[in-house]
Amino acid sequence: MSSLTEKDRPIVQLLLSAGTCPRCIFRFCRVGSQTLYRHPYKDLMKDLKQFLEGNQEEEDRACFDVADPPCKRFRHGHTEEGADDLNQNGVLSQIPLANDGNADVENSDVENSAVEVCNVCLGILQEFCEIDFVKKMCEKVNSSDFQFTSFVFSVSLPPQLSVREHAAWLLVKQEMGKLDLSLAKDDIVQLKEAYKWIIHPQLSEELGVPTDGKSLFEVSVVFAHPETDEECRFLATVCPDCFKPAKNKQSVFTRMAVIKALEKIKEEDFLKHFPCPPSSPKNLCVALEIQCNNGAVFVAGRYNKYSRNLPQTPWIIDGERKLESSVEELISEHLMAEFKADSFNFSSSGREDVDVRTLGNGRPFAIELVNPHRIHFTAEEMKGFQQTINNSSDKIQVRDLQLVTREAIGRMKEGEEEKTKTYSALIWTDKTIQKEHIAFLDDIKELKLDQKTPLRVLHRRPLALRCRIIHTMKSQYIDEHHFRLHLKTQAGTYIKEFVHGDFGRTKPNIGSLLNRTTDILELDVESVDIDWPPALEN
Amino acid sequence: MAAAEALGAARYFTRWYKADVKGRPCEDFCVLQHSNRICVITLAEAHPLLQPGKTITSINYQISPNCSRLQNKVSGKSKRGAQFLTELAPLCRIASSDGEEYTIYSFIRGRLIEVNENILSNPALLQEKPSTEGYIAVVLPKFEESKSVTQGLLTPEEYKEVLLKRQNSSSGS
Ligand SMILES: [Zn+2]
Repeated sequence: MSSLTEKDRPIVQLLLSAGTCPRCIFRFCRVGSQTLYRHPYKDLMKDLKQFLEGNQEEEDRACFDVADPPCKRFRHGHTEEGADDLNQNGVLSQIPLANDGNADVENSDVENSAVEVCNVCLGILQEFCEIDFVKKMCEKVNSSDFQFTSFVFSVSLPPQLSVREHAAWLLVKQEMGKLDLSLAKDDIVQLKEAYKWIIHPQLSEELGVPTDGKSLFEVSVVFAHPETDEECRFLATVCPDCFKPAKNKQSVFTRMAVIKALEKIKEEDFLKHFPCPPSSPKNLCVALEIQCNNGAVFVAGRYNKYSRNLPQTPWIIDGERKLESSVEELISEHLMAEFKADSFNFSSSGREDVDVRTLGNGRPFAIELVNPHRIHFTAEEMKGFQQTINNSSDKIQVRDLQLVTREAIGRMKEGEEEKTKTYSALIWTDKTIQKEHIAFLDDIKELKLDQKTPLRVLHRRPLALRCRIIHTMKSQYIDEHHFRLHLKTQAGTYIKEFVHGDFGRTKPNIGSLLNRTTDILELDVESVDIDWPPALEN
Repeated sequence: MAAAEALGAARYFTRWYKADVKGRPCEDFCVLQHSNRICVITLAEAHPLLQPGKTITSINYQISPNCSRLQNKVSGKSKRGAQFLTELAPLCRIASSDGEEYTIYSFIRGRLIEVNENILSNPALLQEKPSTEGYIAVVLPKFEESKSVTQGLLTPEEYKEVLLKRQNSSSGS
């Protein structure tokens, strides 16, 4: 167990008298023992005081009650070892766990400083480590009603803590310099780290689940301080470059900007503008927000679309809804309710136009459910959700509905470009046709098309000329002006344009092949040949 | 005209006409505006170039020594680099075997997206399929002007009346 050593003595003295809390003092003395930080605040204060007394006793400058045996032992040990080697470890390794109840602390200055707000952490390692605050966080978590089996704890600190930390570091560095010792900023135990050491076991105990750095369930607390801008302002005059006003930021003094400025600012400039040691603050930090967030879960499946009046995603022009519903809404609505999610993101392997149906095995899709409160569902329950979705509308049907991982969704997008698609188109011709006029289409294989970006999407896509391939076609004669064409094509082929020619911008096209004017009356996607997500048994 | 165009074009395109452009009789144009605001500039059927017996001898997109519509290059979704056209910006000049030369104007304010290079190699397209494969150019009006660019143009009904009047006056004279 690491602890304070003789060389730390002047630092402890210096910081304590400046109004720094015991845990911050440990941090600056590079104490790495997690359990030490978890000791009751009062005890730590007492122990530090006793640690200093040892010094004073040794120097015969003061007289203290030395009744406490464990401390006495460490004091002596310290004195002996300290005399031999200032850098030797082994002091303060034994801190009395139980509060012995004796008000054996006579140094009232030190005692009073225990209730002062720490001039470095602004109370984070004081009041906000107490069980009352942990219970408050816990209440918030429980009232948010999330399903979780572990948690990760994150904390956001007011930016001027970095400034105060910087000032304290300069102070300690200077003090250590007197002993020919150096202190890199990285050597200090990070405030966040120390805070987590203290909070983790308590929160874990209260929530009844372990902490896990990889947990998808995050409990976060945002601390703020009323004097943040005031204390950071000098940085903006010294390093104006670091503080550019940004959209959706209330203040230019963000944590990142402040840290950047502190890296740039010269020591002497800093010391000119900011008190060192940092002055005692007027106020404690406030816990602005306690938030819970569950990592997204992903649901995949395949959908059929049976309506020629249903867009895949909400169709909004000039802020006005054109059609009442959409594929993504029909599927997601019910899932949102079951997973109690905040929002969703729908993606699919390609998409069909509003007037195109998707038949056959359907089109693979995936839905990201953002911040779901419910995450544990059995295959049986998923099947039930699928049934509910299918019962709710005859415009769409869903199959193979299942929970998938984020990574698996890549498989859907990977396949998108390479895989083939099959379509069925109902085609009209101006001049009459007989069966033999269209039969030759069946013999055409691997037909190369030059397709310019269709006029209907040209307003939102770059103008380009793309080569696409119609692998096979099969015609089905209907009457003198109509036939059906089944096509197997490379993904990304614009079928409508292949049929009507798009002002001659797709070449060849059905019109040019038949030497007629042709147009497309109906289009169906018959299959999207991607074998993901895996088919499920019914 | 073929009903196919009614299906292909009319489903998503609105037709607008301008008659006797710059006071030149029968030099009528038709713009097809898609619901996405894209405009396709075409010759209207009454245009002298589309009358029987006319033979096109040249189509020239070089409208001045320094400006060729063929050099128009657009890139990206935002169509950077497009030439900007005002209503009376010439798109090309077409000469016919009878010695006449006709200037085709944009008459839509907007950015030039593409010109139809197919009619250069096959001028007959212009006469055979003036409102589809024989189009002149594609123009994209500014978003905020997508409605106003067609103000002052004739609807198909209004254009029909113009044609009717023209017929009456010519048969009357
Ligand atoms: Zn502190």
